[in-house]
Amino acid sequence: MARDEEGHVSGRLLEVKGLSKHFPIKSGLLIDREVESVRAVDGVDFAISSGETLGLVGESGCGKSTLCRAVLQLIKPTAGSVLFEGHEIVGLGDRQMQPLRREMQMVFQNPQASLNPRKRVGEIVGSPLKLHGLASGSELKPKVQELLDRVGLSPEHYNRYPHEFSGGQQQRIGIARALATRPKLIFADEPVSKLDVSIQAQIVNLLVDLQKDLGLAYVFVAHDIGIVRHISQRIAVMKDGKIVEEGAADRICEQPRDPYTQQLLSAVPIPDPRENRTRRAAAARE
Amino acid sequence: MRSQLARFAVRRVLSMVFVLFAVSVLVFLIFNVLPGGDPAVRMAGKAHTETQVEAIREEWGFDEPLYVQYGTMMKKLFTGDMISYFTEVSVTEEIRKGAPRTFALAIGAAIIWMAFAIALGVYSALRAGRISDRVLTVLALIGISMPAFWLGAILSYYLGYKAGIFPNGGYVEFLVSPTEWLWHLILPWFTLSILFIGFYSRVLRSDILETMGEDYVRTARAKGLSERRVMLKHVLRNSLIPIITLWGLDFGAVLGGGAILTETVFNLQGVGQYFADAIGQLDLPPIMAVTMFGAFFIVIFNTVVDIAYAALDPRIRLEGGSKA
Amino acid sequence: MSEAGRVPTLLEVHDLEVSFNTEDGVVRAVDGVGLELKSDEVLAVVGESGSGKSVTALTMMGLTRGPNASISGTAHFEGTELIGASDEELRRVRGNRMSMIFQDPMSSLNPVYRVGAQIVEQIRAHRDVSATEARQRAVELLDAVGIPDPGIRVDAYPHELSGGMRQRAMIAMALSLDPSLLIADEPTTALDVTIQAQLIELLRKLNEERDLSIVLITHDIGVVAEIADRVAVMYAGRIVEQGTLDEVFYDPQHPYTWGLLGSLTRIDRPRPDRLPQIPGMPPSLLEPPVGCHFRPRCPHAFDRCQSVPDLNTRLPEAPAHFDRCFLSPEQKRERREVGDGT
Repeated sequence: MARDEEGHVSGRLLEVKGLSKHFPIKSGLLIDREVESVRAVDGVDFAISSGETLGLVGESGCGKSTLCRAVLQLIKPTAGSVLFEGHEIVGLGDRQMQPLRREMQMVFQNPQASLNPRKRVGEIVGSPLKLHGLASGSELKPKVQELLDRVGLSPEHYNRYPHEFSGGQQQRIGIARALATRPKLIFADEPVSKLDVSIQAQIVNLLVDLQKDLGLAYVFVAHDIGIVRHISQRIAVMKDGKIVEEGAADRICEQPRDPYTQQLLSAVPIPDPRENRTRRAAAARE
Repeated sequence: MRSQLARFAVRRVLSMVFVLFAVSVLVFLIFNVLPGGDPAVRMAGKAHTETQVEAIREEWGFDEPLYVQYGTMMKKLFTGDMISYFTEVSVTEEIRKGAPRTFALAIGAAIIWMAFAIALGVYSALRAGRISDRVLTVLALIGISMPAFWLGAILSYYLGYKAGIFPNGGYVEFLVSPTEWLWHLILPWFTLSILFIGFYSRVLRSDILETMGEDYVRTARAKGLSERRVMLKHVLRNSLIPIITLWGLDFGAVLGGGAILTETVFNLQGVGQYFADAIGQLDLPPIMAVTMFGAFFIVIFNTVVDIAYAALDPRIRLEGGSKA
Repeated sequence: MSEAGRVPTLLEVHDLEVSFNTEDGVVRAVDGVGLELKSDEVLAVVGESGSGKSVTALTMMGLTRGPNASISGTAHFEGTELIGASDEELRRVRGNRMSMIFQDPMSSLNPVYRVGAQIVEQIRAHRDVSATEARQRAVELLDAVGIPDPGIRVDAYPHELSGGMRQRAMIAMALSLDPSLLIADEPTTALDVTIQAQLIELLRKLNEERDLSIVLITHDIGVVAEIADRVAVMYAGRIVEQGTLDEVFYDPQHPYTWGLLGSLTRIDRPRPDRLPQIPGMPPSLLEPPVGCHFRPRCPHAFDRCQSVPDLNTRLPEAPAHFDRCFLSPEQKRERREVGDGT
């Protein structure tokens, strides 16, 4: 694939232009009227190609999650356009969105809360297959078991309930469910932030392997810049609803241009005591 | 921050006025308009003459447009010339006579049930899982499921009629004899309280147990506070908020004549009993008036509870619409 | 660190065992932990969820006591034996000589009281001072931890402060009686990275300027590298390695520490193709594995690992560096792939 210096690839899977989501603030003594609005997402542009990962970083409240939901049309954007494979999806009705939902799936932060505790793993992973008419009856079980195998679970887990699994395994179930419809794009919203350090690496590596095998594109949302940088080709840094800087992952981390990006990166702790002492000594001399 | 609470209170009071108006319109519609047919005939009762019906129609202005009819009804309600066509007695006057009896029952019972519920709820939570907690659970369930008319009848029969310890129903004015007043109310108070004690103590118990697991309670212990202070200032203070809400709502309902069974069993002749009698005779004007009377207290106490809630939990005030 | 031997010991924990009776059986949360904290030192206790690091800290504070807990061992702190102390003795120590802050500053402050009132309450639980004096002290404390307009913020409710400010208020409260020890349980985990950096800086300043000793409980190795003097690594209820910051980072002795250090991402280095990962998952504390608890996940396990290795010094040149692994120092240096300080 041809890339320019910022790592952009031609032939866009998803193209977001001027996307905004404003939430009104209402106030008044008896009857509320809109006095101002929170610009949760404010004129965001980005694009992503097949097989690519875009990392989205920013601090809590910067609008990362709202952006994902607005792109997926889970909430109605205030303004802007979202092109998926060249087709506008803003303003589409539920029925018209249905086939597109197959193509764009989501993986959530809290695996425990995003899996129905009363359903068995087989039903959880199998339901998108049934919903989209991709499998039914006797084809269902082998397909689900193949998906479980794919994410590093065992086919015997088919009849178990989510609470019988550890956090990392629950996240694997969430990934299997997202993969069921053979999507082209997965939005992963803080998929590893609730997991232990040693398990985080396992899930990140799984996502990388799946991308290589299936040609998936990811929008990987996280506050941990180290992990985002590891998995992403490009990184977009968000602040107050806007993307303040976007570029190739290594470039963003090594030569950040925007002051906010610089501030964010300098706050990331360096797991290297000697280097920290050097940095502190340098800071003290200034 | 104080002004935030004041703002919240003003909003709630204004919306309460609106709700009261809406309730009165609703009562008017439900009784006079929605059933169809001739409201004057319904008011006159089964044994009526054409002249009576005509007089009622004239009095209530049922030929006039709806808004005029509404105005007439409200005027009759407040001036006291709404009368029952069965007894020929002013409805407003009857309610005025019954209200002190109902209030005496409601206020006394509300204090008793709250005091017992807090004591039993706290005790039960502190002894959670032990025998005494389990015994209290069973007792609470019995209390919740015991019908007031049955309990009232039993108490009245055994402690009143048989043993003669308490009077056999009836009511004595406080100003006539304070001791007799108290004596006549003890059984009704307890009869009405039993259900609430059972229910409230269970709710409080589970709230306390939940609060004891909160992070800020752990912080309170980590601060080196005495266990007594941790329980009172941190656990109980926060657990009482939901109970106080319930209490306000139930108290409003009982004040508004909701303790129909208790009032009737002990022949207190309060507003509730008046309501029950009116329903028995399908006597519309008192039914309408007591419905309004009850709705008035429920709406007012709803507002009081909301404001109290905001005063007790500062986080609530933000949700009143002001900017975070 | 060469003076370490002469600095008095503030906290000394030996053979601490904590287990809880649950419906599923007995959970052995802490299994023979020993720690030593010198005055003015920052000790980081690192581990993942279920490693027993928080339970260890809470037990020091007497906050794990209860009908379902059984606790044994000793913990000496400034002349008080914490484990055997009566509730009243312990109450006088905690919040006074020894304070604790927690992970979630929102839920750790009581939502219905003003921040200042919560600090005043702590001061007056230990000192006989007037409410006015205590309030004045609360304002000074809020100022000392870097809260702007402390005279106004003292009357704020917790929900009116940002997450970082709430944690600062928690720290102010913890410092209100000038304790010699602060236990900080994941104090920055719930906060954004820029706020985290500020709070670590604040803790370092308090450590240096107020001679405050800190036990920092965390899963974040990056935070450890920023502030700790010594490190204890915990896994499944046991300390598997303990040493100075540099010893643990540049000469790690236990395979679990290697895995932990290896799975770190660094934004100041070229990225590897794959994140090194530790296979498997932490054991259930209901039925921990026989012998070394890390054995089922350890690529270097051999037959000796069926028995429990002691926490010993195994390096002649580093007498304060302990680990629980049977491999010889030579084998360890050969097999590990991280921590050479390059």
